[in-house]
Amino acid sequence: MQLSKVLGGATLASLLAAVPALAQEAAAPAAEAVTEAAAAVVDKGDVAWMLVSTMVVIVMTIPGLALFYGGLVRAKNILSVLTQVFLGFSLISILWVAYGYSLAFAGPTEGGLSAFFGDFSKFFLSGVTLESTAATFSAGYELPEMVFVVFQLTFACITSTLIVGGIAERMKFGALMAFLAIWFTFSYVPMAHMVWSGPGLLFNMGAYDFAGGTVVHINSGVAALVAALMLGARKGYLKEPIPPHNLVLTYIGTGLLWFGWFGFNAGSNLEANALTAVALINTVLAPAAGALAWALGERITRGHASALGAVSGAVAGLVAITPAAGFSGVGGAIVLGGVAGVICLWAVVNLKPMLKYDDSLDVFGIHGVGGIVGALGTAIVANPSFGGYPLDGYDMGGQFMVQLTSVIVAVLWSGVVALIAMLIVKALFGGAKVSEQAESDGLDLSTHGERAYN
Amino acid sequence: MKLVVAIIKPSRLEEVRQALTSLDVHGMTVTEVKGYGRQKGHSEIYRGTEYAVHFLPKLKLEIAVDDDLAEQVATAIREAAQTGRIGDGKIFVLDLLAVTRIRTGETGASAL
Repeated sequence: MQLSKVLGGATLASLLAAVPALAQEAAAPAAEAVTEAAAAVVDKGDVAWMLVSTMVVIVMTIPGLALFYGGLVRAKNILSVLTQVFLGFSLISILWVAYGYSLAFAGPTEGGLSAFFGDFSKFFLSGVTLESTAATFSAGYELPEMVFVVFQLTFACITSTLIVGGIAERMKFGALMAFLAIWFTFSYVPMAHMVWSGPGLLFNMGAYDFAGGTVVHINSGVAALVAALMLGARKGYLKEPIPPHNLVLTYIGTGLLWFGWFGFNAGSNLEANALTAVALINTVLAPAAGALAWALGERITRGHASALGAVSGAVAGLVAITPAAGFSGVGGAIVLGGVAGVICLWAVVNLKPMLKYDDSLDVFGIHGVGGIVGALGTAIVANPSFGGYPLDGYDMGGQFMVQLTSVIVAVLWSGVVALIAMLIVKALFGGAKVSEQAESDGLDLSTHGERAYN
Repeated sequence: MKLVVAIIKPSRLEEVRQALTSLDVHGMTVTEVKGYGRQKGHSEIYRGTEYAVHFLPKLKLEIAVDDDLAEQVATAIREAAQTGRIGDGKIFVLDLLAVTRIRTGETGASAL
């Protein structure tokens, strides 16, 4: 949860509205510290940590995700993947400051559509000043609002560029950029608002999503699946071999993703404290368990534990722990990661061929399915009997139903928006898939006029 | 003159080169190729997809020799390249009509 849990009042929620936090006289006695009368502190340690987290999450996308995906496609398409991620990041970062942040996190705290959308009051960050602040999970501690803006920017960017994996090697570049812009506006931003913003629908239902199991992974996983289905498969899919051209790049990409994920999960605590360390250690253990589980699963079912399997298992574990990072104990993280490793292996090896969709790089299989496993699993691992750190009023059964609801909302919302966005770009671009000849030549040459390897 | 063309397993190249040097053969051209004969390929698995890889990596050697050396060269290659397992390769001997040394313009046997 990115927004503070409200400790007995709307004081902290109101801090997120356009009103800058004002320093109060610190004369009130300690007993009244919960109310707004106490001076709110901006701790430089928290700010430094958050800025570093921001930077490492950017590395997750550029070049982490880019290389992870790049190594998995054929040599003739690697530049297209790198460029789609690179320019996708660039585009979404600008849209975020233009209106994304405002629609996700600004606006009225009740009434109207506030359960789903914010407003344009912070268009181009108007009202975000050197003095304005954003709340953290600790009463009395705040961040400069700009820190929150830029940290959240990195989430918007990686979520959107994740979709590139589902449509790789065959989509028109302009159509993809248009699709990302539309989907970001109508799926990412509202999901971020619903889950992480005070008036948000799922936030108010008590959904647990520490760093974005629903907002990031299910959201992008389902969008990638829908886009892949509507785009159609690559030429030769299921008939000719389309093996990865350089798994060493994929390995390097995985390392960068894992590294950046520390900022993604642990930075989502918005402060530098003990719970941050909990989120960080969970982000080591869940992927470790996921990698081992996937490798073992492959060894048992197919005879070889592969390098691609190990790194895929790690990513599955990272995805699953994302919503649970600050709620789970270490045991829970290990189990959740291991379970995700096995279930995502099944999704990629069995579910995909069963349904025959060409989600080129398994965005749905790992982010979609892993996100669902993580979102539901969060309800369980948050249980204090398993070493978890739940919020007040936690009840495992009830929380599970809330998580399930948020999963269903995420799946439906993202799916419908992706469908409509694809229809729009197909109409605008006369089809979203490149010509057969272009696909055959490779997008590097046909779309970008370049060769990666000379 | 003859052109001896041999398809061999890549791991046998050094043995073949040594065998031919001792026969006074002074040059060869090596190309990396893919192919299959009776040796079937293998399968590779990447996440959800299994690929049957039909073509195996091999090396193609081309050596231009005098008529009277051709058979010795072929035998030497065979002995050096053999492992006894399927996929060892084949040797072809073709008629070679003309040879020219580019640097000097020499032709015929003195250009070999």
